[in-house]
Amino acid sequence: MFVYVIRRLLTAIPTLFVIVTMAFFLIRIAPGGPFNQERGLSPEIKANLEAQFGLGDPLWLQYVNYLKNLLHGNFGPSYNLPDFTVTELFAKGLPISIQLGFSALALALFVGGILGIVAALNQNKLGDYSVIALATAGSTIPTFVIAPVIQLLFGLTWKLLPIGGWGDGALINKIGPILTLSLPQIAIVARLMRGSMIESLRSNHIRTARALGLSDWSVVVKHALRGAVLPIVSYAGPAAAALLTGSIIVETIFAIPGVGRYFVDAALNRDYTLVMGTVVVIALFTIAFNLIVDILYAFFDPRVRYD
Amino acid sequence: MTDTAIAAPVVGRSLWADAWARLKANKAAMFSLFYLIAMSVVCIVGPYFVPHQYTTIYADYVRTPPSLSSYPKPEMIETAMNDAVRRMRVDVKEWRQEGERVFITVTSAKPLDERNIRYLDRSDTFDNAKLDSTSADGLTAVMSASIKQQYFLFGTDNTGRDLLSRTLMAGRISLAIGLLAGVVAVVIGVVYGATAGFMGGKTDEVMMRIVDVLYSLPFIFFVIMLVVFFGRNFVLMFLAVGAVLWLDMARIVRGQALSIRRQEYVQAAEALGVRSRGIVLRHVIPNLLGPVVIYMTLLVPQVIILESFLSFLGLGVQEPMTSWGVLISAGAKNIGTANWLLLFPAFFLVSTLFALNFIGDGLRDALDPKDR
Amino acid sequence: MAGETILSVNDLRVRFRTLDGAVEAVKGINLHIDAGETVAVVGESGSGKSQTMMAAMSLLASNGEATGVVDYRGKNLLTLGKSELNKVRGVKISMIFQEPMTSLDPLYTIGNQLMEPIRRHRGLDAKAARVEALRLLELVKIPDPERRLKSYPHEMSGGQRQRVMIAMALANDPDILIADEPTTALDVTIQAQILMLLAELQRKLGMAIVFITHDLGIVRRFADRVYVMRSGEVVEEGKADELFANPQHDYTKMLLAAEPTGRKAAPPDNAPILLEGRNVEVEFKIGGGFLAGPPMLLKAVDHISVMLKRNQTIGIVGESGSGKSTLGRALLRLLPSEGSIRFGGQDLSKADKSTMRPLRRELQLVFQDPFGSLSPRMTVGQIITEGLLVHEPSLSGKQRDARAVEALLEVGLDPAARNRYPHEFSGGQRQRIAIARAMILKPKVVVLDEPTSALDRSVQKQIVELLRKLQADHDLSYLFISHDLAVVRAMSDYIIVMKQGKIVEEGPTEEIFGDPREAYTKTLMAAAIDETKFRQSA
Repeated sequence: MFVYVIRRLLTAIPTLFVIVTMAFFLIRIAPGGPFNQERGLSPEIKANLEAQFGLGDPLWLQYVNYLKNLLHGNFGPSYNLPDFTVTELFAKGLPISIQLGFSALALALFVGGILGIVAALNQNKLGDYSVIALATAGSTIPTFVIAPVIQLLFGLTWKLLPIGGWGDGALINKIGPILTLSLPQIAIVARLMRGSMIESLRSNHIRTARALGLSDWSVVVKHALRGAVLPIVSYAGPAAAALLTGSIIVETIFAIPGVGRYFVDAALNRDYTLVMGTVVVIALFTIAFNLIVDILYAFFDPRVRYD
Repeated sequence: MTDTAIAAPVVGRSLWADAWARLKANKAAMFSLFYLIAMSVVCIVGPYFVPHQYTTIYADYVRTPPSLSSYPKPEMIETAMNDAVRRMRVDVKEWRQEGERVFITVTSAKPLDERNIRYLDRSDTFDNAKLDSTSADGLTAVMSASIKQQYFLFGTDNTGRDLLSRTLMAGRISLAIGLLAGVVAVVIGVVYGATAGFMGGKTDEVMMRIVDVLYSLPFIFFVIMLVVFFGRNFVLMFLAVGAVLWLDMARIVRGQALSIRRQEYVQAAEALGVRSRGIVLRHVIPNLLGPVVIYMTLLVPQVIILESFLSFLGLGVQEPMTSWGVLISAGAKNIGTANWLLLFPAFFLVSTLFALNFIGDGLRDALDPKDR
Repeated sequence: MAGETILSVNDLRVRFRTLDGAVEAVKGINLHIDAGETVAVVGESGSGKSQTMMAAMSLLASNGEATGVVDYRGKNLLTLGKSELNKVRGVKISMIFQEPMTSLDPLYTIGNQLMEPIRRHRGLDAKAARVEALRLLELVKIPDPERRLKSYPHEMSGGQRQRVMIAMALANDPDILIADEPTTALDVTIQAQILMLLAELQRKLGMAIVFITHDLGIVRRFADRVYVMRSGEVVEEGKADELFANPQHDYTKMLLAAEPTGRKAAPPDNAPILLEGRNVEVEFKIGGGFLAGPPMLLKAVDHISVMLKRNQTIGIVGESGSGKSTLGRALLRLLPSEGSIRFGGQDLSKADKSTMRPLRRELQLVFQDPFGSLSPRMTVGQIITEGLLVHEPSLSGKQRDARAVEALLEVGLDPAARNRYPHEFSGGQRQRIAIARAMILKPKVVVLDEPTSALDRSVQKQIVELLRKLQADHDLSYLFISHDLAVVRAMSDYIIVMKQGKIVEEGPTEEIFGDPREAYTKTLMAAAIDETKFRQSA
């Protein structure tokens, strides 16, 4: 197992390298640059800035320098927010995005999981149909519709929640964003859980457990559920990586100072270092969570052996 | 063997016929299918029947709430009249409404110019303006105009454009993009996946490794890069979006192609000496069609959501051209003052997505009945 | 030996709601089980024999519904509450199933699964339950039981898993053990061991056993009484020996006569050799790839030589994994292999795809699974004539259709069916279609890969007879691959016994069956011999 983890971590390095390289050159061959947008900068200042950030160097040299800095954990300064380094920006925004993303994921796994189990145990009955309806709604309505509707209902009509803003992390400010983030996830988890639970309940070893006169609790929880969790585990990995790195929609609509917004803004402004920083962070999260999923898999399923 | 023994062959029920019968029995899917067809027809021909152009700005009707009755409302007539008269730089002495026409008596310090009535015609509220009479000194005049009856069933937006015509136009664009990018993604995905699955071995390994790498790049990064490269030309851009969404399709098709290749009926064909071409045409493609059709119905809503998402961010379709995403984005910014701007487009988008979803589910049940 | 009646089933009906409406699987049957006796419920697939017992145990699928009375010592199991029911299930009546590979929970150790029913029903603590579990593993003769307690199901063979299932079923000393096709999924030698074990345990523990089976051999050897079921009804019941000696119902008679009989005479010594393989070797790579190290090599076929003469049938016998199917495919050059293969004097060893293509029409293959081997989206006519597109491309559509009609008539199907699709046919009919697809090309050699294994006995016999008739009509040579000794004996004049890719023993059929020399062949024969003897007498 230990060897396996080490090997996985080692194979992650080339993956990361490929991603960084692709992203670096993609953003650099894109037309435009950080300082020639609608800034009204005089040519001298522009040239000055470009020299300061080494943007005049040949591309390969910039690439090598970037990699060197990256190895030292230095993401470089942000071009568009010149007072901050990329690291500082992430240090400020990432905890907020992680908080929201993690809460939404936990909520989704818990609520979605329970809904899925309830539906599976009442297959083709009222409870099942309600869960299916809810799941269909949740996975069909896009977040950029859910978020303003939540604002409209809870914020404006019933005045229960603030319309937006972070409010220094007050709980009441988090409810809207978390709800918006988790609703689609609840739908997906409930659907997955229902499907895998139904399949699990149909399997031969469940028939064996029933034939042995084991209690419903044991049949459902000990034997059916453990097998049914596996698809959820493999879903939760990538989902966690995506959720924890912030959502542009939610952060824009609710005016949350997370990192989800950086990506789009930075790419449009050619804020090269910030784009690269975001790519690296997302890639790291993805790789880490995929590894966690695989380890959890081995924990849940003795047939899986890594050596 | 006599001729009588060769009875006319009985026509069997193919799996396709079976699937169609099952689909017809699925009420939700059939209803959704009709709904989707109706939605497409309304979006395509609707704009020709709505009396407003989606780009026309009605300055008098900014952020007008939706209503089934016609505009102007009685209280709006005076405001509109006053606006028009103010532009003539004259004063209203008195005015009255007789049926469909208003009669205005205006006074002015300078002699009145006859052409001043054009200000009434220019107003969105009136037309057929006439100068009925002018006093001898030319300082007082009676002018009349008929009140233009207009319907804004969905209300109007921030700049006074009719939301109904905009929503229908937006539907055209969103549906067209969904279909266009969907087809692009399916074509690329099927060709790529089928090639990998069919070649097998090293080729397959390399091709799938490429897909893996593309998967690990953040999806939104891709899309933004495409926006950056292709500018905001939406046809080009959505061809490109289609070119991004093919990854899932490629994986599915490859998996299916691999499993079909292992089927005994393919081995049987090989044992008969059938060439690769025959195997692909007669065995692989017909058996691949089902999953492709199912996945395509899932892909179209994905593309529509993606388009709306990009437009929401201001990266997709540009004003004055519109799409559901553009409208919802505007609506989200105005929920405090004009919630219909959010609700109508959101309803159109979400109901269409629902319909596509039910059709997809129905097709899956129909084509693959084991998986209830 | 039989005592009082402990379980009686009265007017049991089982219905399933399906997409095509309600289906009645069991149509009001009556039966009873007495203490300590062995009862067999016999029938072919779809007879409702399994669903009867599933209903009695309240194990029906969620769309199933049972009415009637299942009386166990005065309690109606169909109306019993869950907790009351669970005092009978697994305690007084227990059940083992056909699928030993999937009937154990893959996520828990054997020990854990074995101790669970013991602790639940007897209230023992973990330590006592463990001792009990060990005793049970010893009872079902699992070697090294201490270690096995910690094993997971996937670390055990099918036979061992079925033993564990039996141990679990017997954990609480039941009155009745229901065995639903307990040996069908196992190799012959293992089958015999499991059946012997059950018989021995019954002598020791005295429970009643209900065998649900399609295998008349088991019935004959073990059952005291028999119920014969067909399409949800009991058509005949009685003492086993009486029923075998003097069957009353036509269906029973048909079942008893459904055993393939007859022998195949060897071709004359001077018959020409058609297909010859010398030192054929097939290797499979397992695992390996990027970062996983070099692949493991598995010799599926290890230096095997075969000589097939005109009009000869060579039976290739072996258990699963013995390499018999691989050998068949290698001889047809459908798999890459080492060694030399000659067909009608032509060396095929180096033949590539295009060289092989014209020869394919003479070398045909029929598969085991008549459901998987027919393309589901093509009509029967298209399936049968596909080979003609390759080998007689000059034929017009009309001529091909005429050939299809001819081929369908030859395999005993109504030619009117040629525009229908495979899913509209039964297993036996589908196998006929697959045979027609091979025969339309007028081949010289046909490899039959378990062509009857997926079929019911009565259908098996028809297919065997069809294959024989075709052989006689067209001077065909068969390579008949099967694990079923009875069918092999009826079909072949020469037998090759394979184990782990090697030939264990070979010779003319009667020699192999009459006087097996190798130990492995002897066990194989011993496992099946009772059945075969019985078949000869029947």
